[in-house]
Amino acid sequence: MDAIFLQVLNGLDKGGAYALIALGLTLVFGTLGVVNFAHGALFMAGAFCAVTLEKVLTISTKVKDESITFFDAYKEVPILEAKFPVVGAFIVDYSVPFAILLAIPVMLALGLMMERGLIRHFYKRPHADQILVTFGLAIIFQEIVRHYFGANPIPQAAPEIVSGSANIGLWIGLGENVVYPWWRIIYLGFAFLVIASVFAFLQFTTFGMVVRAGMQDREMVGMLGIDIQRRFTIVFGIAAVVAGLAGVMYTPILPPDYHMGMDFLVLSFVVVVVGGMGSLGGAVLAGFLLGILQSFASMNEVKTIFPGIDQIIIYLVAVVVLLVRPRGLMGRKGVMED
Amino acid sequence: MNKSNAVSDWILLVVFSAVILTMPIWLAPFGANYPDLMQKFAIYGLFAIGFNLLFGLTGYLSFGHAAFLGVGSYAAVWSMKLLTMNVLPAVFFSVLVAGVFAFLIGYISLRRSGIYFSILTLAFAQMSYNLAYSVLTPITNGETGLQLSLSDPRVLDAAVGISTGRSLPSTNLFGVKMSGLPGFYFCAVVLIIGFFISLRIFRSPFGTMLKGIKSNQTRMAYTGLNTRPYLIWAFVISGMYAGLAGALMASTDPLAGAERMQWTASGEVVLMTILGGAGTLIGPMLGASIIKYFENIFSAFNEQTLNQAFDFLPDSIQGIVVDTVSLFVGEGWHLTLGLLFMITVIFLPGGIMEGFRRIGGIFTRNKSNTPSSGAVAEQS
Repeated sequence: MDAIFLQVLNGLDKGGAYALIALGLTLVFGTLGVVNFAHGALFMAGAFCAVTLEKVLTISTKVKDESITFFDAYKEVPILEAKFPVVGAFIVDYSVPFAILLAIPVMLALGLMMERGLIRHFYKRPHADQILVTFGLAIIFQEIVRHYFGANPIPQAAPEIVSGSANIGLWIGLGENVVYPWWRIIYLGFAFLVIASVFAFLQFTTFGMVVRAGMQDREMVGMLGIDIQRRFTIVFGIAAVVAGLAGVMYTPILPPDYHMGMDFLVLSFVVVVVGGMGSLGGAVLAGFLLGILQSFASMNEVKTIFPGIDQIIIYLVAVVVLLVRPRGLMGRKGVMED
Repeated sequence: MNKSNAVSDWILLVVFSAVILTMPIWLAPFGANYPDLMQKFAIYGLFAIGFNLLFGLTGYLSFGHAAFLGVGSYAAVWSMKLLTMNVLPAVFFSVLVAGVFAFLIGYISLRRSGIYFSILTLAFAQMSYNLAYSVLTPITNGETGLQLSLSDPRVLDAAVGISTGRSLPSTNLFGVKMSGLPGFYFCAVVLIIGFFISLRIFRSPFGTMLKGIKSNQTRMAYTGLNTRPYLIWAFVISGMYAGLAGALMASTDPLAGAERMQWTASGEVVLMTILGGAGTLIGPMLGASIIKYFENIFSAFNEQTLNQAFDFLPDSIQGIVVDTVSLFVGEGWHLTLGLLFMITVIFLPGGIMEGFRRIGGIFTRNKSNTPSSGAVAEQS
């Protein structure tokens, strides 16, 4: 029971990342009709926003080490901490949450630039061309990051206060041995929060209403004198921000490296397909579902029965779903039926 | 099929063969006439030609073609381990295994089209890649990759009394060692045969059918034709080509690793085909050679060679230039690849062959002769 509960939590965690990326993919797909293979790169870009901020904050200087008295010893201390001991240390400690503030404008700008500069020209091109050009873009992002940050994963620390584990077992009465890292719980909450705000934005604002109308019938909305194109561009920006935030918050869980985007992208595409192309709810649902399935498949008990199942479960599910329910779990009729 | 067309096809084949077989001579000025690289030209050319049979003719974009290449090379190495070091059985088994594998994957993937097809093939390829790394380790030898060893049985070799002795045997074709130039000629001959088959497919009713599927599958279905068997055959043939390329890889260098199946490898063959010109006969070969050539040149550069190359510039500028250029060469070769990819898709969706046609169009001023391939630019 404990083990199962933990696996569900683990799965929700990973599923949170899948869901956030898949949500962005679906948004872009539903509005602009573009298949964006560079979306994983945006996830990675977000993660590297956090890395960059941490690097900048911890630019260090040499300070005399007071704890060693019998000779002159120096230690590296971030300038920020040396200048403002209390506030500085706080900011350095909380670099990952602060990175969110950096990531939002950066990712928004990146998304808008990408849409205006490149994607815009590909609305009417065949899907194969869209896939190819964004694939090329993803390679470029990836290589630039590798050039500047190297090929090795760069671990990021969560703030000190949440670096330990929470004893969730006690909260819900499962006994004391069910513990779970704080940060992962925060990540899960964060994922829910972002997803909820995206849905709320689409559901309860006028802007969102127009966007939803545009997803249904773009031409009609255009005829009503609304500049739907501009709104779709902003939606692309939002999708980029969502992917970027997912990346920022994921850094303490998985040290970011240059190919993390590609790894997640393939899975997220599978998630989108399972959820149903163009269905936002489907993408989120499928994200969590596949995350949980994957984490169950990686349990030792399961692995002894079906060796290697954890490696392929997601793909296997995708194949079965596509064959049984070609539109995905919650796919709408008329979206991408060629 | 009229007669003059048939004649021009034969001319094309002869010219193609001549160009391939004389590679060691005319590549010398480019510094690319060493066997390793030329083998790569031939192998990847074959791979791209096979991919083109699927993508170029039917428009189905497979993103998992490297899986067949990987399976092919595993099959080839196993044939060398168990049967004989002769490459012919290896080639035979690779093509067979890759074909069966392609049939299985194609049977499922081809139920869907468009982006779904791309993602399904991608999913299958990733699945094979992950399996090759984990559970199938007894067959694939996991991360180390499958290699020959002294204790391999090699039943056929043993039967005819070829003993391996103390050192690892090398691949051969009835005694001719498959390294260096002979290896290249072997690959070249296989490539020419592959090209010939592809040419025949392009001109056959079967090929016409595939082109019909590309331009309007619904209408093909309305005429009462079941398009599925055609697609499956195209997919299987294309997979066999990939398996053949894998076999050649193993023949020239007898090891097989899972990284050959990774999806970046699949992306590379897509790029080769697009760069050369999807749907054209020579395009894929051209694209493959260009990419492999530049990969070879570019990744050889390092800071030192760059500094030497830009030595004539003033020091301050030299530093900047070297820094910028070093982004794109050596380790950064993939960046160039990505750029090339984007530039091709944006500006020249029909690839280099379309470029040629456009240039030709300027001179002949023959408007009706402008690009006829499916991937015509529709800049909005």
